[in-house]
Amino acid sequence: MINNRRVLIIVPAWNEAGSIGDVVREIRGELPGTHVLVVDDGSADDTARVAREAGATVAQLPYNLGVGGAMRLGYRYAKDAGYDVAVQIDADGQHDPRYVPKLIDGLQDASLVIGARFAGEGEYQVRGPRHWSMVMLSFVLSRMARCKLTDTTSGFRACDRALIELFAAWYPVEYLGDTVETVVRVLRLGYRVSQVPVAMRPRFAGVPSKSPAKAVLYLGRAFFTLLLALSRR
Amino acid sequence: MRLTVLTAVTALVVIVPILELLRRRQLREKYAVLWICVGLVVLPLGFFPRLLDSLSGLTGVASGVSLVLFLGVVFLLLVCIHLSWETSRLEEKTRTLAEEIALIRAELSEREPAE
Repeated sequence: MINNRRVLIIVPAWNEAGSIGDVVREIRGELPGTHVLVVDDGSADDTARVAREAGATVAQLPYNLGVGGAMRLGYRYAKDAGYDVAVQIDADGQHDPRYVPKLIDGLQDASLVIGARFAGEGEYQVRGPRHWSMVMLSFVLSRMARCKLTDTTSGFRACDRALIELFAAWYPVEYLGDTVETVVRVLRLGYRVSQVPVAMRPRFAGVPSKSPAKAVLYLGRAFFTLLLALSRR
Repeated sequence: MRLTVLTAVTALVVIVPILELLRRRQLREKYAVLWICVGLVVLPLGFFPRLLDSLSGLTGVASGVSLVLFLGVVFLLLVCIHLSWETSRLEEKTRTLAEEIALIRAELSEREPAE
């Protein structure tokens, strides 16, 4: 319980045995009274066992679906178990659970609250095509939301019961669909979206991708996803 | 004449597996109907390849055979699109099943906590 609301922390994890234990322990330490659900997205390593030993409930997918697939499962769980708030946190330790109460406070006047980098807090830097994609996404979506959204691809977010029910039935599997398209759809349906500035940390384990070719591909995909999402009703 | 032999044999080669699959109930009805229609078009054309010459004259295509070729390519494209749509739907269904299994397993392990 946080502010009298039942809160579920959903952590989608794919081959994150190296970091998931610490992530779960940290969440449980910082946010007593919340329930942690780790969605093991068909990992080949020990992710599920490590997460269980750290005290999380684990839902194991039989094969890899992608972040979007893992998230819909998380929201289905949240819906069935009657949670009021669902918070999504990455398994690599980039998201600091100490911001979660701030995200949940934001739910008082929005249905979806995004924990955003580039919003003043922390010193996360991106350059080149990746930067342009984020500028484009943030420009279009901020106008739709009528409030500043600087980091729409952030996987650090909280949503209320209405959106838990929406996401349990509908959550895109595609890469970027899970972040960008959900924001578009939620805005189209008339819900409010807002953001809370957060600082991101370096990952506990694993390496981020830095190849320029991938960054260009990312820009293309972001543009394509956005166009498709906007063309839908 | 040699052309007619070629097309007739081809028509038979196409028809036989369709009929065999239908007979063994290996095709769902919606596909069965589609492929029976294909067979009904292919068979007469195989034995009388000039059948479409008058129609091709009307549409400005040089010969009936090239009209068949053209229509065949269009038809195959449509079938391919349909199949990608179908696999997307199937993937969505298996995704739902995978989620269902994961939920059931999670519920089970919550009921009997590991000792």
